[in-house]
Amino acid sequence: MESKLITAKSEPLWNTNNRVISIVCALVVLLFVLPLFGLNSFYLHLFIMIFMHAAMAQSWNVIAGFSGQISLGHGAFFGIGAYATSFFYMQYGITPWVSIFFGMFISAVFAVLIGIPMLRLSGHYFAIATLLIGISFQVVFQRWDLVGAASGLWVTMTPEDSWTALQFHSSKVPYYYVFLIFFLITFFVVWLLSRSKLGYRLRAVRDDPQAALSLCINVSNYKIIAYVISAMIMAPMGSLFAQYILIIDPDRVFNIEISIIVLLITVLGGIGNVWGPIIGASILIPISEYSRIYLGGTGGAVDLIFYGLILMIICIFRPNGLISFIPKKILERKKQR
Amino acid sequence: MKILSVENLSRSFGGIKANDNISFEVEQGSILGIIGPNGAGKSTLFDLITGYTKADNGKVKFFEKNIFGLRPDKISNLGVGRTFQKLKPFADQTLLENVMIGAFVKEQNIKKARDKALEIIDFVDLIEKRHHFAKELSTGQRKRLEMARAMAIEPKLLLMDEVTGGVDQKTIPGLVDLIKKLKKTGVTIITIEHNINIIMEISDNVLALDQGKSIAFGPPREIQKNKQVIDSYLGTFDAA
Repeated sequence: MESKLITAKSEPLWNTNNRVISIVCALVVLLFVLPLFGLNSFYLHLFIMIFMHAAMAQSWNVIAGFSGQISLGHGAFFGIGAYATSFFYMQYGITPWVSIFFGMFISAVFAVLIGIPMLRLSGHYFAIATLLIGISFQVVFQRWDLVGAASGLWVTMTPEDSWTALQFHSSKVPYYYVFLIFFLITFFVVWLLSRSKLGYRLRAVRDDPQAALSLCINVSNYKIIAYVISAMIMAPMGSLFAQYILIIDPDRVFNIEISIIVLLITVLGGIGNVWGPIIGASILIPISEYSRIYLGGTGGAVDLIFYGLILMIICIFRPNGLISFIPKKILERKKQR
Repeated sequence: MKILSVENLSRSFGGIKANDNISFEVEQGSILGIIGPNGAGKSTLFDLITGYTKADNGKVKFFEKNIFGLRPDKISNLGVGRTFQKLKPFADQTLLENVMIGAFVKEQNIKKARDKALEIIDFVDLIEKRHHFAKELSTGQRKRLEMARAMAIEPKLLLMDEVTGGVDQKTIPGLVDLIKKLKKTGVTIITIEHNINIIMEISDNVLALDQGKSIAFGPPREIQKNKQVIDSYLGTFDAA
């Protein structure tokens, strides 16, 4: 018995599959060199949208996948991020590089304020409450004159490309790199989280809150921590999106569709797994963008039919998402088998 | 030294008194067995002691510290571990991860927490199953998982709800041996148990409950002869 214990202790903490690491590294390098091959503006836009949505879905993955709380109002934090950079830039000339952090901070404050009462609700009740919170942000911003009310904010454009103002008019390539880097940072942060003590404890809260309590875990606090982290990941994506399109309004950045699509992407890819949102975004976003091209104005509605169809198929045949197609031994969560 | 004193603990659900003025004390390092028919209030008593259910009134002292009214996580943090009658493993996580979550209470470093969890898993004889998901384990193994997870927080007092309930006969002796082995580590144990032979074998004292009331408290041999216990729980064979 003793020898089995010694063997067990000598096992590495994490199974590092060198093949997976090399594939991931190669993909990252490929993403960095891709624009050098002269991608046209559509493909740049497509990749930008994939990066953005993958990071947004990663944010939702933290609250839903790790701590088990289904939030249907996550778009609120996206909107806060978008408004923070645009407002502070237009009003006080503060560079978006700084106001991104304002957006994160404001989102975190709101996550705490919303989380304290709401996270006492469980399951469906929490989901419904967050849905209403998401909508109420949109309603407030539609009527708030300081931030342009329903017509929103038209970000003052710089005459030329500017890294300080995070505005690029001549090419989408700088945006591509900014989004790529933020996406990679987000992924890395959530990956670290999943391996940390906090990650373990959040999964305990998700799997069985009662059992978690018996292990000295303050379930309410941990849910709030997850909600705050999730909000702080979502906000910068709103900020970057605002810089990308330079015109934001409540209908666009507080749209309920944002809250729904991050859910769809995560569920499609695999909830509770760091790779899930990336896989989900890589499939769903191209479908969405292509349907818009080929089906013109109606694309917006047709892609929703696709989403619904895909989601039904996934829920019936692959409830753990597309990630479950990858062999178990490669998956990180099933590392030590 | 008294590790736990319960005084006049009561809890009603509607008109039903689930626990009615229950008082008892537990000596450090001993095993207290709790017996009683279904619905006697045994699991409710566990929930009251560990803070999962709020008591209407009474006192619960753990090492002279009043823990009445504290949240479950605070109580567990003081050193009161528990297992559940209806098992609550973290199903989508491996046995090792389950126990590590407990080990994180005393150990911040992941590697050290992992090693500590492995030692405890070895203690409950499941080392070969360490990488199995909790949902893949048998009921007996899941009982061991819960014990291991509770031990990982290094409790001074461990409350175990029906360790041998719902498992097959062959599994029972191993679990009983495990409880005995656990006692040797110095941890005080309160165990709810339906199997009277096991209670007689392992307990230093027995508390018998019936319809929410404490009907007897004392060493197993005395309880076995107690008329009220025989009438309400152990049963007589007169076919009246």
